[in-house]
Amino acid sequence: MQIFPKWTNNFPGIFLIGAFLLLFSLSAFIWYYGSPYYTDVGYAPKQPVPYSHKLHAGDLGIDCRYCHVGVEQGYSAVIPPTETCMGCHTYVKTDSDKLELVRQSWETGMPIEWVKVHMLPEYAYFNHSVHVNDGVACITCHGNIAEMEVVYQAEPLSMDWCLDCHRSDSPEVRPVSEVTNMYWTPPADYDKFIASWMVNHADERPVGDCQKCHR
Amino acid sequence: MQKSDYKSRALVNAEQLLPGNQTFTSITNDIAGVPEQKKTPIQWWLLFGLALSLLGVFAGSLGYLIWEGTGIWGINMPVAWGWAIINFVWWVGIGHAGTLISAILHLFRQNWRNAINRFAETMTLFAVICALVFPGIHIGRIWVAYWFFPLPNQMGMWPNFRSPLIWDFFAVFTYFTVSLLFWYTGLIPDLATLRDRAKTSLRKKVYGFFALGWRGGNRQWQHYELAYLVLAGISTPLVLSVHSVVSSDFATSVIPGWHTTIFPPYFVAGAIYSGFGMVMTLSIIARKVYNLGHIITLEHLDKMAQIMLLTGCMVGYAYAMEFFVAWYSGNPYESFAFVNRALGPYWWGYWAMIFCNVVVPQFFWFTKYRRHIPFLFITSILVNIGMWFERFVIVVITLHRDFLPGAWAMYSPTIWDVAIYLGTFGLFFTGFLLFLRFLPMVSIAEAKLVLPESNPHHGDDH
Repeated sequence: MQIFPKWTNNFPGIFLIGAFLLLFSLSAFIWYYGSPYYTDVGYAPKQPVPYSHKLHAGDLGIDCRYCHVGVEQGYSAVIPPTETCMGCHTYVKTDSDKLELVRQSWETGMPIEWVKVHMLPEYAYFNHSVHVNDGVACITCHGNIAEMEVVYQAEPLSMDWCLDCHRSDSPEVRPVSEVTNMYWTPPADYDKFIASWMVNHADERPVGDCQKCHR
Repeated sequence: MQKSDYKSRALVNAEQLLPGNQTFTSITNDIAGVPEQKKTPIQWWLLFGLALSLLGVFAGSLGYLIWEGTGIWGINMPVAWGWAIINFVWWVGIGHAGTLISAILHLFRQNWRNAINRFAETMTLFAVICALVFPGIHIGRIWVAYWFFPLPNQMGMWPNFRSPLIWDFFAVFTYFTVSLLFWYTGLIPDLATLRDRAKTSLRKKVYGFFALGWRGGNRQWQHYELAYLVLAGISTPLVLSVHSVVSSDFATSVIPGWHTTIFPPYFVAGAIYSGFGMVMTLSIIARKVYNLGHIITLEHLDKMAQIMLLTGCMVGYAYAMEFFVAWYSGNPYESFAFVNRALGPYWWGYWAMIFCNVVVPQFFWFTKYRRHIPFLFITSILVNIGMWFERFVIVVITLHRDFLPGAWAMYSPTIWDVAIYLGTFGLFFTGFLLFLRFLPMVSIAEAKLVLPESNPHHGDDH
């Protein structure tokens, strides 16, 4: 007497293939769609003032550090206060509609509520100055800001992405004088530069110590 | 003389292991009759109710632990490893008898194992599940437990393969997987028996599904026996490896009292000792509740008591040798660690261990005590209390006084440590009682192997 119909003979095969496909597609799905490469890169929130980095940093060629004054001294690069904007805009484009909110902030003393684009988790300690002063360029982490009409997150900023550089034998560094240059190209003897950089920073570059960032 | 030896030996075996006039039919009826009972015995319901309430305690305390974090436990510096690791090692240790009975005794053709191997394997599975709970919950942030696994992730994190804790994780998982396969392979012929005897369509379908189309033909048996033998071969090294690896959690550190080479064999002996204790406890209860005294006989209990005597003496030897080495090393920290065990503030833990693990099994030198069921029952429980205290001694007493007297402190568990430990009993017994209710608790096919009918030697020709 048969309990099961004949087609159930195919069960083991169907089950095996199904389990494999399910496992594979599930891993692939989580691996890609769960990662910051998908979730974070391209994040471009609407800012209260339609400020164009392309115009200011690109076409006009203003140095990053003119506004982001903290980048060489502290952990934060600093979002510029309204006063920095008004330093020029008291004389330039004084009647532009786009600057309405800036002028309001200037009169009332209430800061503009810029929306933060590049976010790190609170348990990760990051210091801009040590990176910039050792030759890590703005463009390496933030992308080519000088060509962005609206700033977006260009890199995943995941831990893995940090470690890619920190564990690398040829990290993306350049002479300190070139860190804000968006169009720098490595010279012919770049490998020599990297070799000497690695020697000079051998002791201070965190490679695998958890507590260097998770303090 | 030599010719009739085989047959007479088989008969003697059958007389001792399956007394009375038992036949293939009567064995099948007796064992398969339990999961087929129309009415579940009242004792089962009582035990199951108790187990379920403990499972509730487990779920509740686990929920609070996840909500609040490991701060609800008694752990603090210097005793940062408390009941969680004690219970983990204890449960894994209990799980050890399963493979020993199934694999090693199978390879040595010890056919008295046939009445208890299903028991022992099932006990192993649930004990290892209980053990695996603790590494999972002790991390505090339970939602990142997947960090244990070598999975590619956006943090660039990877298990540290130089850490014994990760060896431990893999060792226990391998052990669980192999034990599960072994257990299931052994079940297949019995599941087919239950399927063939089933009256309702649902039972037929469920048992039939898991019986994988077993028909009991000659070819199937040949393949089956070979597969079982191969699995036994694969599991045999695991008996030694798993608890050796667990012991390296301690032995690879540099804490006096932990950093010793005797740990792996000493842990393995202790594990087998406690595992047999648990098999004994469970089989005494089950044979009583289900009237299976003629299948799990005094002979079986006697044999188990002998193994407990052997492993208990091995453990006692290890305790003595630890003290000898501590003295012989001339290392003041090492000597202090051991004197502190026996005479320090936790002296009662040490002497409870010595009493339960070394003194109590000495009664098993005498046949009278090896066949005295109430004595065996109490002893088997004492053995597991003793083995729990052994892990308490190793973990807590060693840690609470290390190199610097300024860092010394006392340790005491909180109510949540106790609740989670008691809760694992709920998990264990809920699983085990469900097994008793729905699956044959003794391997029907293998129990028959000791009957003379299973060894047909046609005169002198064979």
